[in-house]
Amino acid sequence: MIKTTRLLMTTSALALAGMAHAQEGEPIKIGVLHSLSGTMAISETTLKDTVLMMVEQQNAKGGVLGRPLEAVVVDPASDWPLFAEKARELLTVSEVDVMFGCWTSVSRKAVLPVIEELNGLLFYPVQYEGEESSRNVIYTGAAPNQQAIPAVDYMMEELGVESWALLGTDYVYPRTTNNILDAYLKSNGVAAEDIFVNYTPFGHSDWSRIVADVVALGAGGKKVGVVSTINGDANVGFYKELAAAGISSDDIPVMAFSVGEEELSGLDTTNLVGHLAAWNYFQSADTPENAAFIEGWHAFTGDTSRVTNDPMEATMIGFNAWVAAVEAAGTTDVDAVRDAIVGIEVPNLTGGTATVLPNHHLTKPVLIGEIRADGQFDIVSQTEPVPGDAWTDFLPESAVLEADWPGKGCGMWNIETESCVQIQSNY
Amino acid sequence: MTRTPFVLRHPSILVVLAVLAVFTAAVTAGSAAYGSGAIPVSMIKLLGKTLCLALAAVAMDLVWGYLGILSLGQMAFFGLGGYMIGQWLMYARTETIVAAQLAQQPIPATAQELQDAVTNQIFGVVGSSDLPLVWSFAHSLTLQLILVLAVPGLLALVFGWLAFRSRVNGVYLSILTQAMTLALALWLFQNDSGFRGNNGLSGLQNIPGLDYVGQATLSVWFLWASALALALGYALAAWLVSGKFGSVVRAIRDDETRVRFLGYPVEGFKLVVFTVAAMMTAVAGALYYPQAGIINPAELMPIASIYLAVWVAIGGRGRLYGAVIGAVIVSLLSSWFTGGRAPSIHLPGYVVNWVDWWQVALGLTFVLVTLFAPKGIAGLFDRLSGILPPRRHGRDLGPGQGALQEKEAKA
Amino acid sequence: MPRFFLIAPLMAVLMLAGLAAPSAANPALETLISENIDQIDQPSRRTVEPLVASIAATGPEGLALLQAWADRRLGLLDGRAVIADGDALTDAATGAPVTGDPKMLRPNSGVRGVIEAALAAGALTDPDPARRAAALDSLSRSADAEGLAALRAALDDPDPALAARKARLERLLTIQHDPDSAARVAAIEEMAGDVGLDFRAALNPLLATRRVVSTTEPQGNIADELSPGSRDLPREAAIALLIQEGALDPALTPAEQRARLAANITNGSVGGIPVAQLSDPTARDRAYEALESAGAVPPAATAAEIDAALDAHRFFDLYAEADPAVTDAAKAAQIRAQVRLAAMQGIDLGLDALSLASIYFLAAIGLAITFGVMRVINMAHGEFIMMGAYTGFTVQTLIADRTLSLIVALPLAFVVTFGAGVALYRLVIRHLAHRPLETLLATFGVSIALQQLAKNIFGTQARPLTAPAWLEGSIVINDVIGISSIRVAIFVLALLFLGLFLFIMKRTRLGLEVRAVTQNPGMAASMGINPDRIAMMTFGLGSGIAGIAGVAIGLFAQVTSELGQQYIVQSFMTVVVGGVGNIWGTLAGATLIGGLSKVIESLNPSNTLAAQTFMILFIIIFIQFRPRGIIPQKGRAAEV
Repeated sequence: MIKTTRLLMTTSALALAGMAHAQEGEPIKIGVLHSLSGTMAISETTLKDTVLMMVEQQNAKGGVLGRPLEAVVVDPASDWPLFAEKARELLTVSEVDVMFGCWTSVSRKAVLPVIEELNGLLFYPVQYEGEESSRNVIYTGAAPNQQAIPAVDYMMEELGVESWALLGTDYVYPRTTNNILDAYLKSNGVAAEDIFVNYTPFGHSDWSRIVADVVALGAGGKKVGVVSTINGDANVGFYKELAAAGISSDDIPVMAFSVGEEELSGLDTTNLVGHLAAWNYFQSADTPENAAFIEGWHAFTGDTSRVTNDPMEATMIGFNAWVAAVEAAGTTDVDAVRDAIVGIEVPNLTGGTATVLPNHHLTKPVLIGEIRADGQFDIVSQTEPVPGDAWTDFLPESAVLEADWPGKGCGMWNIETESCVQIQSNY
Repeated sequence: MTRTPFVLRHPSILVVLAVLAVFTAAVTAGSAAYGSGAIPVSMIKLLGKTLCLALAAVAMDLVWGYLGILSLGQMAFFGLGGYMIGQWLMYARTETIVAAQLAQQPIPATAQELQDAVTNQIFGVVGSSDLPLVWSFAHSLTLQLILVLAVPGLLALVFGWLAFRSRVNGVYLSILTQAMTLALALWLFQNDSGFRGNNGLSGLQNIPGLDYVGQATLSVWFLWASALALALGYALAAWLVSGKFGSVVRAIRDDETRVRFLGYPVEGFKLVVFTVAAMMTAVAGALYYPQAGIINPAELMPIASIYLAVWVAIGGRGRLYGAVIGAVIVSLLSSWFTGGRAPSIHLPGYVVNWVDWWQVALGLTFVLVTLFAPKGIAGLFDRLSGILPPRRHGRDLGPGQGALQEKEAKA
Repeated sequence: MPRFFLIAPLMAVLMLAGLAAPSAANPALETLISENIDQIDQPSRRTVEPLVASIAATGPEGLALLQAWADRRLGLLDGRAVIADGDALTDAATGAPVTGDPKMLRPNSGVRGVIEAALAAGALTDPDPARRAAALDSLSRSADAEGLAALRAALDDPDPALAARKARLERLLTIQHDPDSAARVAAIEEMAGDVGLDFRAALNPLLATRRVVSTTEPQGNIADELSPGSRDLPREAAIALLIQEGALDPALTPAEQRARLAANITNGSVGGIPVAQLSDPTARDRAYEALESAGAVPPAATAAEIDAALDAHRFFDLYAEADPAVTDAAKAAQIRAQVRLAAMQGIDLGLDALSLASIYFLAAIGLAITFGVMRVINMAHGEFIMMGAYTGFTVQTLIADRTLSLIVALPLAFVVTFGAGVALYRLVIRHLAHRPLETLLATFGVSIALQQLAKNIFGTQARPLTAPAWLEGSIVINDVIGISSIRVAIFVLALLFLGLFLFIMKRTRLGLEVRAVTQNPGMAASMGINPDRIAMMTFGLGSGIAGIAGVAIGLFAQVTSELGQQYIVQSFMTVVVGGVGNIWGTLAGATLIGGLSKVIESLNPSNTLAAQTFMILFIIIFIQFRPRGIIPQKGRAAEV
C-alpha cells in the first residue's frame, strides 16, 4: 500500500529524472503542500509549478550533494484540516526532507503542530501577519514590517494621506495587520477618529455602503487613503464600485497588500490604474536575474502569457536558500540544515540579496507599485533590503519578544525577563 | 406472548456491530503502536474520522429517514461538538505551557495572571487579549464535556421547538435549518464572537496531559473511541426506531396530520428525535476534531450538511446501516479521488484528472441514485434478502401525498 | 509652491507659447537639470517642490518638461533629460532631437500631484476646457493663499459650468486661506446649509479641537470647558489625561507591583510574607504595604490624591483656529447642515437598500416562479445565475464592443439557461414529482456538478464582465446622495421583469394556464391543459430569468464559479420570507431583506459579517411567527 501510494504521488516526469540518477544515490524528496483544488487552487497551483520548475532546473545542474531531487506533490484541496493530514503523510509516509507549501495563515497554523511534532522543515512563501517564529518554518514571504509598515510610510510621506480606511477580509492576516497598523498610525500621531476599520466576508460583492463610508471620510478635510487587505475575488467588486463612484487614485489612493500580477491578470485594469500595491517583487523589476527567471518560467509552463508574482519569488529564494544550506551542511538532515541556513545569502530578483535571519525570516526590499492599464506595476519606490521582524515592535506584548533560533534556541524570547516564553509556537 | 429480545428482532444490528469490531481489531493489528505498522498514522486518523462521520450519518438518518425532516443544518451540531471539546483542548494545553513558563518567575503567579497569560497565548494570534465569556468553562474538562452535549442539544431543542410549534415543515424546514447553520457559521467567522474567527481552534490533536503517548498511539485510541461511539450510537438509534416509539416516528414521517388527529403529541416526538440526533452528531464532532487537529467555521457552512444528506441518500435512508455504508464509502472515495491519488483517465485528446472531475461525477451519481435507486446502496441488501417478506408496512421513503402511500408501497 | 505662484500669470502666457514650440535652447534649465539630476531621477513629494518651482521659472521649456514629467514621458539619457513623444525623443533643455534608449522616469502620484499643482495656476486660463477642469481638480486638492489669488484672477470662464466651479472653489478657499476674518465669516455664512463634501471638508478642520489640562484658563479660542465625570469626559479619561500631563502619578499596575515585590525578595519572603504565598492577590497587597511602611518601595497613588488632582485642574477643548468669529460662524453653519445631512444620508441608505433589494429580487424571481408553481426547490438555481454570468463573459470575449455584447448577452443568457432549465426539468424534476425533498437533493447534485464544470472550463479565477462605458460612473444628486449607474440599471431591469411577469400571468394564455395548474393541477388537466408542458415552460422561464440576473450581477461583482452560491441562500430567504406563489410576496421579501441588511450594516459599519449574521437570525425568527411569509398563499393550493 505504501509503495503504491508513493508511486502514485510522484509525478511521472520527475520519477523518470530520479531513475536516471538512481545509481548516484537515493533521490532527495521534496514535499509540495499546495492546494490544487478548491478556492485557493488558483494562487497555490502557480507555486506548485514554481517548485517543480526549480527542481527541474536544479536537477539539470546535477542535483544536490550529487543526488537528484524528487518532488512529492499532494493536494490539500483548500481544506485546512487536510493540510495537517497531508503534512503528516508527507513526513511519515513519503519521508520528505523538506516541504514547500501553504498560502493562508490558517493552513500554516494547521500544519505547525504536525511539523513541530515530527521535526519537519517548511518553507512558507507568502506575506503574512507575523507574530510567529517556529523552529521548523522558514518564512520567505514578507513580515508586516517588510510590507505593511513601509507601505503606510509611503502613503504618509509621498501621498500625504492623513485619514485612513483600513479595509480587510475578515480573517487573521487582515485582523493582525490592521491591529499593527492601528498601533503604528497612532504612534505617528494619527487620531483614533481618523482611522476607519471595516471587515467583510470572503467573496463580498456589495460594496456600495462601504465605498460611501470611505468617501464620507473626506468630510474631515484630510486626504483619505485606503489600506486594503481585501482578499482575492472580493477586490473586483470593490474596485468596480470605487470607479463607479468616480473616485480616482488621485482622490483616494488604495494600497493593496493582496493584489498582485496573478490577481490582475484576469481583470479589466482600466479602473485600477494608479492604485497601489506593496510587495517585495514585481514582474516589471528591471534586472537580468528577473528576466532569466521569467524566461525560465515561460519555458517551463510553455505559456508566454503567464505572469510571475511575489510569492513565486519567495518560493524561489526559499528553494535556493535550502539548496545552499544543504550544500553547506553536507546532509539533508533537518537539524543540520536548519543550523546551516541561518546567514545564508542568496540573490533575489530585484537586484539585491536575501539573507536568512536567526528569526527564520529574510531580508527583503520593499517595493511599491502603481497599477498600469496592462495589469503590470510601475515600481515607484524601492527600499534597501529590510530585515524581517517576527514580532512587531508596535504591539506592546510583542515588542518585548524576539526570535533567535541558532543562538538562544527560542522563537519567543522575552528580552525583558531574559527567558524563553515557549519553544513551541502558538497555533 | 413472550417478547423476542431486541437484538434478535433486528439481526442487522449484530451484523453491523460485528463488522465494526472486526474492522477495529484489524486496524489495531495493522497500526504502528499495537501491531505490524502496515497502516500509517495518517491512515488510522482518516479511518477514525470516517467512523465519526458514520455516526453523524446515523443521526442524520434518524432525522431524515425515520422522522422525515431533511435537516440541512446537521453539521452545525457536529461543529459545535468540536468547538466545545476544542475549547478545553486549547485552553488546557496552553495552560500547561504557560504554567511552566510562569513557574520560572521569582513570584508565583496569581490565578488571574495565569488566566491572562493563557488568554494572551490563545487570542494574541487574532489580536485580542480578553478572555471571552464563552470561554468561562474552558478550564474544566468535565464542564466542557457536558457542554458538548448541552449546547447542541439546547440549540436543537430551542430551534426545533420554535419550528415545530409553528408547523414549519417540508422544504421550508430544510431551508430554515440551512439558514441556522449559515447564521452560526457566519457568527463564528466573526472575531468578536470569541472563537478566534476564521482561524478556528487548532492544535487539537495534542491532548493535554498525554504528551508522552505520541500520535501513533493516540490515533489508535481515538479510533477505538470512535468505534465505540458509533456502536453505541447505532444501537441507541436502532432501539429508538424499533418499538412503538419508532412506529409513531415513522407514522409522523408518512402523514403528520393523521398522527396528530390520532391524538399523538407530534411536536414532542419530533423534538425528542431531533434533539437526540443533534447530541449524537455533537459526540461525533467532539471525537472527529481532535483527530483532524483543527476546527474552523468553514466546517459549519451549509455545504457540509448537504454532503451529509448526500451520503445518507446514497447509502440508503430509512436504513441505519445504509447511512453507515454511505458515509464510509462516499467519504473515503472522496478523499481518495481528491487526494490526487486516483489514476487519470487518458482519453484521446483529453486527460480526465480526477481532482477536477470527481465533483462532477459525484453530483451526477447522486442525481442518478435519487432517480433510479431511491433506496440507495442499502436497497441492494433488500434485494439480496428478497426472500424474506417485508415486515413493515407503509412507504419507507419520505413524506409524500398522504393517502396514496399504502398503495405505492405495495406497488 | 508658494514662491512660484507669484509668477503664475507670467507662466500662463509663457506656457501658451511654450507648448506650441518647445524648441529654443534654455541654458538655465540645462544647468538646473544637470545639478538636480538625482532628484529628478528619484523625486520625493516632500522635497521636490522647490525644484519644480525653479524648473517652472525657467520658461516654456521648463513647463514642457514638467508636463512631460507628470505624464511619464520624461526620460534620462546620459545625464540629460529627454522628452518622449511617441517614438520621437527631444532633449528637454535644448529641444534638439536625440536618439537612444532613455531610462523612462516614473514619478509617483504624490510627485505628479506637486507638478500638476504647479502647472494648475497657469492652466486656469488655458483655452482647453478639459485642462481648466483638471487644473481646478488639482487646485482643490492642494491650494493655499497664493492659489486663491491665482484663482481670483481667473474667475471668468466662458464655460458656465466651469465658471460655477471656480466661484465655488473661490468661496471654499476663502474660508480656508483668506487672511481677512470678516471675508471668511462672510463666505461661511454664504455657504451655510450646504451639504457638499468639500464644504464640510473646509469647515471641519476649523472646528477641530484639542484637549488641554490646566489649572487656569488657557490662552486661545476655547470651545468648551469640560467637567470630569461628564459624558464627554469620563472620570477615567480625565485621570488618564492628568497622568499623561504628569500632574498625577500613575496608579500601581499589577505587573508593576509584581516587579517591585520580586525586586525585594529577601530570604525567600517579601515584607515578611513567604514567596510561595504570593499567588494570592491579597497577600501581595499586604506584602506591598509592608514594603511601603519600610520605605522600600514608593507609595502607590491613593484615591484622595486622585480626587485632589481632579479638583485642582480644569479641562478645556481648544479650537485649532484662533479666531472666535470664524469658529462661531462655522459652528452655526455646521448645525444648519446637520438635519439636511442626516436626511440625505437616510435617502442614500434607502437607495442602497433599494439597489440590494432589486438584486435579490432579480435573483429570486426565477426561484419564486418555480417554487410557486411546482413546489420544488431548485438548488441549481444559483448555478443558472452563474451560467448567465459566464455567458455574458464569453460573449464579451467574442464581441469587443461592450454595448453590443451586452445586447447580445442578455437574450443569449436567457436562451442558454432556459434550455438548461428545460433539460433539468425533462431529465430530473419530472421524474420526482410530488417528492419535494428528493427534488431538492437531486438538484443539489446538479448544482455541484455544474459548479465544478464551470471551474474546469473557466478556471477558479474571477473573470471580468465589464459594463459598457455608459453604465460606468454613477448618478450623483449631491456629495451625499449618489448611486452607481449599473445599480440603477439593475433596478430598472428588476422593474421590467416584474412588469413582464405580471403581464405573462395576467394577460396571456400561458399565464392563465399556469395559474390554473398552480391552483388545481387535476382540474386543469381535465380542462385540456397539459400540466407537464406548463410546468416545463414555467421552469424554463424561471431559469431564463436567473440567467439574465447572472449577467446583471456579473456587471457589478465578480464572475466566479461560486457566484450562484452567494445568492442562493438569500434567494431562498427572499422567497420564503415573502410568501410562496405570489410575485408581490417576493417583492416584499426582497425589500425587507435588502432594506434590513443595509440598516443593520449602517448601524455597525465596521463589521459587515455581523450584519449578515443578524439578518439571517432575524429571518429565522420571522418565519417562526409568519411561517407562510409576508403575503401567505390562500385557498386550496396552500394546503399542499
